[in-house]
Amino acid sequence: MATEYTFPDNAAKTAAAAPESPPEKMSISMGPSHPSTHGVLRLQMELDGEIITRADPVVGYLHRGDEKIAENMTYNQFVPYTDRLDYLAPLANNVAYAIAVERLAKLEVPPRCQAIRVIVAELARISSHLMGLGAFGIDVGAWTVFLYTFTEREKLYRLFEELTGARFTTSYTRIGGVARDVPEGWLDRVSAFCDQFLPILEETLALLTRNKIFLDRTAGIGVISQPDAIAYGLTGPNLRATGVPLDLRKDRPYSGYEQYEFDVPVGTRGDCYDRYLCRGEEMRQSVRILRQVIQHFPGGDWYARDARKIFAPPKDKILTSMEELIQNFMLVTEGPQMPPGEVYFEAENPKGALGFYVVSRGGGVPWRLKIRSPSFCNLSILPKVCVGAMVADIVSILGSFDFVMGECDR
Amino acid sequence: MTVTTDVAAVLKERFPQVTGRESLDWPAFNVPTGQVMAVLQCLRDECAFDMLVDVTAIDGSPGRSPRFTVVWHLLSTVRQTYVRIAADCSDDTRPVMPSATGLWSAANWHERETYDMFGIAFTGHPDLRRILMWEGYPYFPLRKDFPLAGLETELPDLAVADETGAKVKPAPYMGGPFVAAPGRTMDAAEPRAGDQSWTEHQEKPR
Repeated sequence: MATEYTFPDNAAKTAAAAPESPPEKMSISMGPSHPSTHGVLRLQMELDGEIITRADPVVGYLHRGDEKIAENMTYNQFVPYTDRLDYLAPLANNVAYAIAVERLAKLEVPPRCQAIRVIVAELARISSHLMGLGAFGIDVGAWTVFLYTFTEREKLYRLFEELTGARFTTSYTRIGGVARDVPEGWLDRVSAFCDQFLPILEETLALLTRNKIFLDRTAGIGVISQPDAIAYGLTGPNLRATGVPLDLRKDRPYSGYEQYEFDVPVGTRGDCYDRYLCRGEEMRQSVRILRQVIQHFPGGDWYARDARKIFAPPKDKILTSMEELIQNFMLVTEGPQMPPGEVYFEAENPKGALGFYVVSRGGGVPWRLKIRSPSFCNLSILPKVCVGAMVADIVSILGSFDFVMGECDR
Repeated sequence: MTVTTDVAAVLKERFPQVTGRESLDWPAFNVPTGQVMAVLQCLRDECAFDMLVDVTAIDGSPGRSPRFTVVWHLLSTVRQTYVRIAADCSDDTRPVMPSATGLWSAANWHERETYDMFGIAFTGHPDLRRILMWEGYPYFPLRKDFPLAGLETELPDLAVADETGAKVKPAPYMGGPFVAAPGRTMDAAEPRAGDQSWTEHQEKPR
C-alpha cells in the first residue's frame, strides 16, 4: 500500500521571498578577541562572497597613553614602560629608548655596555622571531612549529631572567648604561645556547620551508610591492621581504654594530612566504652577531662613569659615601638632567624601526616623547593588502606581519 | 632623478622663508604653514627622502602662541639620513594643517593619530577619524591642559552606558610617578606626582 506524501514547496517559497536587488555584500567584524589577530586588533571587513572588498583595521583597544605618561615622569622612570611596547622583545625596546635619551644627553657609553646591549638586542630578536614564527605556524595550521619555537624561547627567557631578574618585563637599560653587569658565566651560557640553537632552528624551519600546505597558504599571498612598502612606511622584515635592504644596524650603525659582520636578508616577491624566509634568516644572522660579540667581549665599565648627573652611582658607594648618596637622591627625585633640544632615534627592532622623538626643555622630564612604533606603521597597509584576498588569507597575512598591539596602540 | 645631498642649500634656494631649526641630531627646518606641502614634495622628489617615518605634534603649552607645532620626520632609503620638518599651526584654538596623504600613504594613520591626540585637523585627509581613542571621545589627550589622570566621559558603548549608568572615570594618581620641582623652596620642591592637583579624597578641579 503506497502512502502519498505531499511536501511543502520550500524552494518556491524562498524563491518568492528573495529580494529583487543584486546580492548584498556581507559586513563582518574579526576581533578584537580573535585568536589569529594576535592581541586586540579588530578588522572590519566587507565581503563579496569569499573575497574581501574592504578592510578597515580598528586599533586602539590597548591604548594606555604611554606618551602622556612619559611627559609626567623622569627619563629613567619610563624605562619599564618601554618593556610594554613590543612585549615580545622588551630588551630591544629598552636599548632603543636608552640610546635615544643618550643622544639627547650627548652621552657615550663604554664599549662593554654597547656590547651587552647588542647581545640583549639580538637575543630579543631571536626570541621575538621565534614567537612570531610559532604563531604564524599555528595560524596556518602547523602546530608543531610552535612547540619547537616555544621550547627555544623558554631557554632564552632563562637567560633573560638570569641577566635582568625578570623573564618578561626586563627594564634592563638605564640612561647611560645598563642595570647591572653580565653575571659570571652568563656569556658562556649564551654561547652554549647559540651552539644548540642552530641545528634546532634548521629543523624547525625545515618543517615549513618546503611544506606543501604552508607554501599553498603563504606563497603569492599578501603581496606588497616595493613602492607601496616605502610609501606606507613599512620597516623591518616586512619591508625587507619586498627587496629593500633597509636595516638600520647596517645603514646607520648604533651601539657598535659596525664592528660585526652580518648579512641583511631580503625577499624578492614581498609575499607572506618571503616575510617568513626573512625572519628565519635573520635568526641565523643574529646568532652570527652574538658569536662575534662574545668572542671579542670588551672589558671595562658597563656604565658611563662620567655621566654624574645622569647615571646612578654604584650601590656600595651610595651606602657609604655622602656625595654619592646626594647624587642618587637628586637623580631619583629630579631625574637625569637633560639639556634642552630635540632628537629622533630609530633602532632596528625585531618588528621594524622603533623610533623615539624626544623633545626636552631641560630638566629631568621630557616635554614630549613620541613613540614611532613599527607595528602601527606596518598595520596601516592592511586596507590595501587585504582587498582582493580571500577570507582565509587574512589569517596568513596577519600571521606573516608579526605585529604586536602593545606597541601599535601604546 | 637627480639627487641632491645638501638639503639646506636646496631648501634655501627654493624656499627662502624656510629657516633652520635647533636640533641635536638631524638637519631640521621650520617651514611656514603655507609652504609645508611644497617643501615636503621637494624633499621627496629632489632630495630622495622617499619615506615618511613619522608625523606628530608638540603642544607648546596653553597660552603660548603659536601653540601647536606639527613635526614630520623623513628618511632617505638611498642615503640613510633623516630630516625633520616643523610647521606651526596658525590658529591656537582650531589648529589646521594640510595633509600629506597625497605624498605618502603612511601619512594617513599618522595624521589620524595626531588629530586624535592633539585635535589638529588635517585638511585634505580622506578619512580623518579618531584612531586610538574611540569615535565620539570629547577630548584631545596629549594636549598639555588635559590631566594625566583623564577626565570623566561617557562609555563608548551607549547601550551599556544606558543600562548600567557606568562612565569612564579618571584614575586617581596617588602615589604616581614622582618628580621634584627644582629651584623652588623646600616645601614646594619636594618630590610629588607630576599630576596631583587632586586625590581620591580631594575633589578634582573642573
